[in-house]
Amino acid sequence: MRSDPKDYELVAPGSLQAAVGLLARSPGEWLPIAGGTDVMVQYAAGKLPSRKLVSIWNLAELRSIEVLANEIRLGAGCTYTNIREHGVIGREFPMLSSAARWTGGIANQNRGTLGGNIVNASPAADSLPALLAYDAELILISVRGERRLPYAGFHAGYKKTKLAPDELIRAVCLPRRFSGYVCHARKVGSRNAQAISKVCMAALGRVAGQTVEDVHIAVGSVAPVPLRLSETELMLRGKVINESLVSAAKKMAVAEIRPIDDIRSTAKYRAAVTGNLVAEFLNLLSADGKA
Amino acid sequence: MSSSGEDRSKSEISFTVNGEQKTVLAFPMERLLDVLRLQLGLTGAKEGCGEGECGSCSLLMDGTLVNSCLVPALQAQGASIVTIEGLDASAGSQRLQEAFLECGGAQCGICTPGMILAASHLLNKNPRPTLEEIKEGLSGNLCRCTGYLQIFEAIATAAGRETAASS
Amino acid sequence: MNHERIVGTAVPRKEGREKVTGKAVYVDDMVLPGMLYGATVRSQIPRGRIKKITFETSVAWSEFVIVSAKDIPGKNCIALIGDDQPCLASDSINHPEEPVLLLAHPDRHALRKAVDAVSIEYNPLPAIFTMEESERGSEIVWGTDNVFKTYLIQKGNVDDVWSRADYIIEGEYSTGAQEQLYIENNGMVAAYDAKQGITVWGSLQCPYYVHKALMALCDLPAEKVRVVQMETGGAFGGKEDYPSMIAGHAALLAMKSGKPVKIVYDRAEDMAATTKRHPSRTRHRTALSRDGKILGGEIEFTIDGGAYATLSSVVLSRGAIHAGGPYYWPSVRIRAKAVATNAPPHGAFRGFGGPQSIFAMERHMDRIAQVVGLSPVEIRRRNFLQPGQTTTTEQVVRELIDLGKLLDRAISVSEYQTKKQEFAIENGTGATKKGIGIAAFLHGAGFTGSGERYLSSVVGVEGCADGGVRILVSSTEFGQGTKTVLCQIAAEALGLRYEDVTIAQPDTTEVPNSGPTVASRTVMVVGKLVESAARGIHQTLKLSGMLGDSYSAEEFRAACQAYVAGHGQLRSWAQYDPPPDVFWDDEKYRGEAYAAYSWAVYIAEVSVDLTTYSVSVNDFVALQEVGRVLHPVLAIGQIVGGVAQGIGFALFEKVIWQQGRMQNNQMTNYIMPTSSDLPPIRVFFEELGNVHGAFGAKGIGELPMDGPAPAIVNAIEDALGVRFDSIPLMPEDIYDAITARSLRGEDEVASVIR
Ligand SMILES: Cc1cc2nc3c(=O)[nH]c(=O)nc-3n(C[C@H](O)[C@H](O)[C@H](O)COP(=O)(O)OP(=O)(O)OC[C@H]3O[C@@H](n4cnc5c(N)ncnc54)[C@H](O)[C@@H]3O)c2cc1C
Ligand code: FES
Ligand code: FES
Repeated sequence: MRSDPKDYELVAPGSLQAAVGLLARSPGEWLPIAGGTDVMVQYAAGKLPSRKLVSIWNLAELRSIEVLANEIRLGAGCTYTNIREHGVIGREFPMLSSAARWTGGIANQNRGTLGGNIVNASPAADSLPALLAYDAELILISVRGERRLPYAGFHAGYKKTKLAPDELIRAVCLPRRFSGYVCHARKVGSRNAQAISKVCMAALGRVAGQTVEDVHIAVGSVAPVPLRLSETELMLRGKVINESLVSAAKKMAVAEIRPIDDIRSTAKYRAAVTGNLVAEFLNLLSADGKA
Repeated sequence: MSSSGEDRSKSEISFTVNGEQKTVLAFPMERLLDVLRLQLGLTGAKEGCGEGECGSCSLLMDGTLVNSCLVPALQAQGASIVTIEGLDASAGSQRLQEAFLECGGAQCGICTPGMILAASHLLNKNPRPTLEEIKEGLSGNLCRCTGYLQIFEAIATAAGRETAASS
Repeated sequence: MNHERIVGTAVPRKEGREKVTGKAVYVDDMVLPGMLYGATVRSQIPRGRIKKITFETSVAWSEFVIVSAKDIPGKNCIALIGDDQPCLASDSINHPEEPVLLLAHPDRHALRKAVDAVSIEYNPLPAIFTMEESERGSEIVWGTDNVFKTYLIQKGNVDDVWSRADYIIEGEYSTGAQEQLYIENNGMVAAYDAKQGITVWGSLQCPYYVHKALMALCDLPAEKVRVVQMETGGAFGGKEDYPSMIAGHAALLAMKSGKPVKIVYDRAEDMAATTKRHPSRTRHRTALSRDGKILGGEIEFTIDGGAYATLSSVVLSRGAIHAGGPYYWPSVRIRAKAVATNAPPHGAFRGFGGPQSIFAMERHMDRIAQVVGLSPVEIRRRNFLQPGQTTTTEQVVRELIDLGKLLDRAISVSEYQTKKQEFAIENGTGATKKGIGIAAFLHGAGFTGSGERYLSSVVGVEGCADGGVRILVSSTEFGQGTKTVLCQIAAEALGLRYEDVTIAQPDTTEVPNSGPTVASRTVMVVGKLVESAARGIHQTLKLSGMLGDSYSAEEFRAACQAYVAGHGQLRSWAQYDPPPDVFWDDEKYRGEAYAAYSWAVYIAEVSVDLTTYSVSVNDFVALQEVGRVLHPVLAIGQIVGGVAQGIGFALFEKVIWQQGRMQNNQMTNYIMPTSSDLPPIRVFFEELGNVHGAFGAKGIGELPMDGPAPAIVNAIEDALGVRFDSIPLMPEDIYDAITARSLRGEDEVASVIR
């Protein structure tokens, strides 16, 4: 433990209102802590810059999962375990369930939250490509009220988000319009469990015969922020899947990402694997069209 | 830097541990792991990494498995905590401990308390796990000694069945 | 000995109940009244001289105990084989984790800030980080030539064979550093008082190594140094030499402050500062006949010892002796060398040089098979050592080992041939390629050469006042089952129940020096001594007329009670007595290198996913001859655990270095296998027995570390048709090799000279 607990304050407001009220009084001064699986790691390493923390763990308002007619509204404080155990998410958003299952071990899934994963904004975060692929939207809350914005674009740069200093994420909304889509998600880590992704992908699409009608491809760990491969998607829409399209898509995907060398992997490996995953997805999509 | 006057920012934090009500005076950001080990003398939870990776500090908080090195003390306020020391009580856990002994599930023993708590959490949720489910249930608890197979066997034995994990 | 009731059965682990109930006490669980916490200020540069140390004024230094090299009462070194490693650097710095100052304070959080508030200025010197730089000698960082130790093993006249050879095959192989990653970090508690001297309690393998180091460092006589082993949460060699360093540090702080001091490393410090497996490079040049028989060869084995000599000479010796594998070499020249670099010293890790040189040998064997045009099975079969033949050190194989039979059985249980055929068909299409690979190897049990003679271990067995029997040894339990197996041996020897025998916690005031707990020697060597000391107890009772030749456990108990009541004490000692016919020449490195060998054939089946270039091990067969298996559950546990570490060594565990410093010193970034990363590991034993070991046992602990890496890499080559000669082998390396091959357009032609 490389920090001194007595240098830190931690308060636990009893309600969401009280929590945002506290943030509003001195914006930027209080760091929210939910499951603590990112914050406490930084703290233990002596690398947590904020000295004042506000616990939002256990705020009931952040823990609900509402199934509405056209969307699912997931409280930002839902844990990976909550996500994994939810039937509708499992059926309609299987890539989010898988991401939850791939995140750390069971203890980590019992504490880590979706809101924490989003705001921690690691490029390697596992649930974020799924959120991008499913066109998720965020509901943010502050004393000024709530606002809703698309999740795509929320990350302004490496570990930077569009969250205002007095805001919390209240919920993540997933539109219920992907039934009948082919989904393919994969996490490529250094081992089968408890691994930080070297590349992760969540992709979905629909074909009529062999023609691509709709396609969403999102990747993580290959750029400063999780990415939708929009140019690749654009290029694919309306085209017939064949070998040359697959290889063109691989090339374009690689051109869209900005992978780096770090202690976990190399840029060229990440690029190659991204291309391969895109190809693997298109082959599945094509197989579905033939079935 | 001075160490005087430090009690000013400590809080009273109450929770139950192994069925007993406890109130401690602690800094709210103290790790639950340290509160249990240093203040309450419950040294069954171990610190292997301090970053949520190894699971040797695992315990049950309100019935779910958590890594106590990543839980600030204040978040345990009002919680019900079970550590290895308190697991003895139930028949199911005793079966688990016996099975660990019998099958060679504990070698150096440092991962064992966390491992047994993870196993107990798994069996509570899923009394008849498959080998794959056992592997997944333990994937956050690292063991450097056993290569895990005898641990799988112990859990399968405790769950009352044979498994292909045995060699 | 045909009525054995206890050895060979799965009795409960002696200290098992404490472990499964969380009651076992490890060093970090220990608190003494008034105890301070200690921390280490380390160098930040790989090489240089200390110019100036500044204490920032933000810290109330008067509250701290501060120890520097000047406070050392004795010699500033960690006494081991040589005395070259300082306990605290006073002037020159030779690696980036070198201890410079020690601090102690009642509040452990205050310590961290204080460590950060010490700044050290240096006059930096150029440093070297690779074996090649060290060999070039552009900078001399140790001694006169950067060489800690060399060995030359020569058998026959290898210079003659080249002209007769049908094939000459060369290869170079390398292995990386590997962190032991015991789950319990290193730690020590020390207490001092002028009358009793220094006592340390800690996580350690070798109480008498620590004892010797503290005597020299603290300038105290033997009776004023007490070392107690606490329950130890894994070691694997990683708690063989470094505990002497931490014990020294805790002792110095305790002596200066007059208070007990605890030093427990956190994971980051443990990984960065303590020892790891030596990185290695092995070059083979082998002469073969047309029918694939080894005629002779040259082997050059080099290891990176880091900044100080520590245990490198012994690791080197074991690596060199194992370098020829389980094969018959009519002639061979093995040159072995340990060199210095500016990294923290490398040390013991399960296998102790063996896994390094055996990786090379077994990869080279597959390469030879390809060139000669034989299968990996056949090339091994043709060259296996046979009873009556001699090893590379000219030790006659007296054991009746039949390696061909081991190989046959491993091939049959792994369905090797069927799988070979299946994979050949399946691999044509699809993004997953499968392969299967073999490694055959041996591992010597006990200390090398005259090692056991020098150690001259002593063990005691005591009859207690309550009629029970207690074993007194300094051999430590750190998961392998030392306590259990030694109690089984004593119970068996005395015809008692397992429950009647207990074993003392290693404490140098109570137990004699039965040698270090290393080198797979405990069951074979110490076990044999326990057996004879136990028999001594019976002898005494018999001579005193209190017990006959046959007796019940109750009669024994009564006799023992009566004897202790009458005489005050009942103890029996046994000391190692080298067998008279054992010959070893330390100069020429020739003779009986080990009293016994364990033998094994391992087979790994892998698949490589060409989408991600990652390898899964799908099946693993571990077949070995280890003499008598004294405890089946513990024995399987040793093998499975060792194979798991071997899989890590091959595929996961990569230390990333920068300027001699480990960059990924966190469990998140240094990857060991989880429960989801291991195949079924199927363990099989052959039991030939062994005249040297207790009840026929040989060594078992290190063996399983040797085989997995070469078997796996052989399997990967089988799957992909691409050669890999370096581990750890990461997906990134596989990707690089596959792209490089497709760029070249053709497979590399093997470097066959003629
Ligand atoms: C052992 C281990 C393994 C892990 N494995 C993975 C993995 O495989 N994949 C992966 O993606 N991640 C992994 N993580 C990282 C981590 O678990 C996730 O990022 C998790 O989702 C974080 O959630 P949390 O609630 O614990 O966040 P916290 O640590 O509590 O907070 C993280 C950040 O989010 C902010 N925050 C949290 N909630 C909100 C909110 N509602 N509104 C605004 N800000 C908020 C906090 O202020 C903080 O900046 C792992 C972590 C550990 C320790
Ligand atoms: S110490 Fe908590 S997970 Fe390792
Ligand atoms: S038994 Fe030693 S780490 Fe699991």
